Amino acid sequence: MSTVISPAAAQDGFSMPAPLQVMLRVNGTEHRLSLDPRTTLLDALREHLHLTGSKKGCGLGQCGACTVLLDGKRVKSCLSLAALVEGREITTIEGLAQGEELHPLQAAFIDRDAFQCGYCTSGQIMAGVACINEGHAGSPQEIRDWMSGNLCRCGAYDHIVAAIQDAARATRSVQRG
Amino acid sequence: MHPFTLERPRDLSTALALGAQAGRTDATAEYIAGGTDMVQLLQEYVRRPDRLVSLSGLLDNRIDIGAQGLRLGAAATMAEVAAHTAVAEQFPVISEALLNSASPQVRNQATMGGNLLQRTRCPYFRDVGYSACNKREPGSGCAAIGGENRWHAVLGTSENCIAAHASDLAVALVALDAAIEIHSASGQRTVPLADLYRLPDSTPHMETVLEPGEVIAAISVPASPVARRSHYLKVRDRASFEFALVSAAVALEMDGPRIRQARIALGGVGAKPWRVPRVEAALAGADLNPSTLRGAAALAAESAQGRGGNNFKVQLMQRAIVRGVEIAGART
Repeated sequence: MSTVISPAAAQDGFSMPAPLQVMLRVNGTEHRLSLDPRTTLLDALREHLHLTGSKKGCGLGQCGACTVLLDGKRVKSCLSLAALVEGREITTIEGLAQGEELHPLQAAFIDRDAFQCGYCTSGQIMAGVACINEGHAGSPQEIRDWMSGNLCRCGAYDHIVAAIQDAARATRSVQRG
Repeated sequence: MHPFTLERPRDLSTALALGAQAGRTDATAEYIAGGTDMVQLLQEYVRRPDRLVSLSGLLDNRIDIGAQGLRLGAAATMAEVAAHTAVAEQFPVISEALLNSASPQVRNQATMGGNLLQRTRCPYFRDVGYSACNKREPGSGCAAIGGENRWHAVLGTSENCIAAHASDLAVALVALDAAIEIHSASGQRTVPLADLYRLPDSTPHMETVLEPGEVIAAISVPASPVARRSHYLKVRDRASFEFALVSAAVALEMDGPRIRQARIALGGVGAKPWRVPRVEAALAGADLNPSTLRGAAALAAESAQGRGGNNFKVQLMQRAIVRGVEIAGART
């Protein structure tokens, strides 16, 4: 068995901590992983489960590109240690569509051209889905306030707000039946 | 991140026996709850504990309101407390402080106990590329004194540290005379929240009075005639998702057009959440006349010391008090 020493660990003169057995429930599927305790939820999703839709922007909770849902609530996956969300229901951008049918907010992002480079988009969509579910998408101002945890350095904000408004309207009309 | 072992105890007594400690640079074991601040500190090598002890699932998240006041379980998230309608109605300053903190995502993750124990946003503390930070490395100096200090404190600082306390929630709670319930293996004790925090003096690396193996289990806010007519005014560089340059938590009991009693705490300006008792005393019996309010607010600045970049805060905090009192006073 080979021992892997990360550059940071080697520099500090410490060996790797013992791995933890962690069960993650992602998009309805259970995964059993052996993880370094330092693994964030974001890194577990991207590097271990190869669900690369969730993006790593800052890694410090500032940009929102890593937003996923935890038990239905939006969180920054870069700020959670994977081992501490064991067994909870995690939803990523990959789990949003129903088969080939896009989630209404995914469709609205395309209709409204709500992105340029696309790096922030999956985080924007996950946060936007939560924003609508929370009932915080009543006006453009309210959307801007409740979407402030997601940065878009291309500046696609106007289109993002419009897409969320569209999807919120569609969701409300579906709820009214 | 520096390598650490991660303990996931099944019960609180095991977690307490592991003896981790918050807010101390010399602690080799730390507790982690929501993780939103701790993971940042770990990622940046600001904190390098050998052991992390998780409090996940070990503390309650109940929100109880009764004749005695409000009790918040330490595991309640910022979002849960902010969304509680009775808290918003009876203790608006608490809801407002929370809703004006962080981002919706972080408010879903961060807990009450962890919010109170978040570390300062001083950029020199947060960046290990700077060697001088007495809070991070005792005895190394303070890069903020003589450096970029627009965000720093003007009250309660020392020649060793001018970092400002970052929590909005703590400012609102200190205004309302909240206390914290601290649990340890040997029992529990209750401490006024204002006394949780130490001033930097010569030991800025010791931020709280928590001993090893002590955790915050709950926050209690006494019922008070000032709680309902309260307001959190936050002044910052961006309208959302930004820390306070200056904030004022104001709670008033009115007697017709006059203030019967006022409780005021300031954020963004103090080494810890900063009560201003002299301002409160000057406002007792006063009306809401702007010049009266300005005169009272000036008392907050008496011991204030700007360091260059943050000189503006000395004026700004007085104006925040005036506006906060006006807004709270206009509430019915």
